[in-house]
Amino acid sequence: MARLEALRHNENRQKVLGLVFGIMFGIFLQKAGVTRYEVIMGQLLLLDFTVLKVMMSAVIVGMVGVHFMQWRGWANVNVRSGSLGSTVVGGLIFGAGFALLGYCPGTVAGAAGQGAMDALVGGVLGLVFGSWVFALLYPRLASFLEWGSFTKLKLQEVLHLSTWKTIPLVLILVIALLLGLEWLGL
Amino acid sequence: MYWMMMEQWSPYIAGAGIGVLSWLTFLLSDKALGTSTSYARTAGMIERLLRGSRVFDREYFRKTPPHIDWQWMLVIGIVIGAFISAMASGQAKIVWVPEPWSTAIGSGVTVRIIVAFVGGTLLGLGARWAGGCTSGHGISGTMQLSVASWIAAIFFFAGGIAVATLLYMGVAG
Repeated sequence: MARLEALRHNENRQKVLGLVFGIMFGIFLQKAGVTRYEVIMGQLLLLDFTVLKVMMSAVIVGMVGVHFMQWRGWANVNVRSGSLGSTVVGGLIFGAGFALLGYCPGTVAGAAGQGAMDALVGGVLGLVFGSWVFALLYPRLASFLEWGSFTKLKLQEVLHLSTWKTIPLVLILVIALLLGLEWLGL
Repeated sequence: MYWMMMEQWSPYIAGAGIGVLSWLTFLLSDKALGTSTSYARTAGMIERLLRGSRVFDREYFRKTPPHIDWQWMLVIGIVIGAFISAMASGQAKIVWVPEPWSTAIGSGVTVRIIVAFVGGTLLGLGARWAGGCTSGHGISGTMQLSVASWIAAIFFFAGGIAVATLLYMGVAG
């Protein structure tokens, strides 16, 4: 474990690992088809559920492994805070951009890699510009971002269940959703 | 290498692969998959190039320093990985106006790039506003059973479905 801690704090090695993980992520995203505009728009027009299938498969596989590692003391699971002002309003702004661009911040990089110039020239530049606009607005937005803060941070607290009951419940619901999509032929 | 030459994998296999990849990032890097902060760091790096240390007059860039980190390298890796994957399957190709945009809305490059830029701007603004994107909230936060991430993911798609429907049903007719 000491060696693992040393690796986690070695900045240069982490940059190399980041690049290697990114290459793997890029391959998975491209092979999943989600670096293509038509697949993302198909999802947002509810014609093609590839995006949801990829995300939900990643979530359930990741959830089981990450919580197992947390239980063994190998990984740190952290929940994020959120609020109506931040999560809901920001989520809707993000959604509008998602539909106009047709890629998200991860898939836009993959799309650029496979030659989509709208992703590279329009999308990436827009993302950098939009993030900069946020940095400009940040001092004035700070209090709005705290508005309506969520009091419960973990799904377990909302469901009043232990982690070891929440995980199988989420697993069953997600698998049921995926089976439902297949059954409907979507 | 047959599987690298395939055009598409089952979404369940590719998704499970991303899930397993997240085990590795948690274990070896103590980090979750995410991408959007890197665009903000890039904006800060550009401002630093133009205005020097005055970039730190901005509270946001003191909180999120403009430098290359693990996640920034991850985003560069995505570009490379997708390029390798698309080259192997023969899908790598320079395209300015994708389908179905060109059929439904028009084949003009300028219009597509302007709308993509506006979309990218909203995406960058919205990701920082909501504190994450489709990977940071939508995959990593949800797998950690974070309430904020499940709500964020729902509103990403709610907003996306509404605007995509308006765009394709309304504007394109």
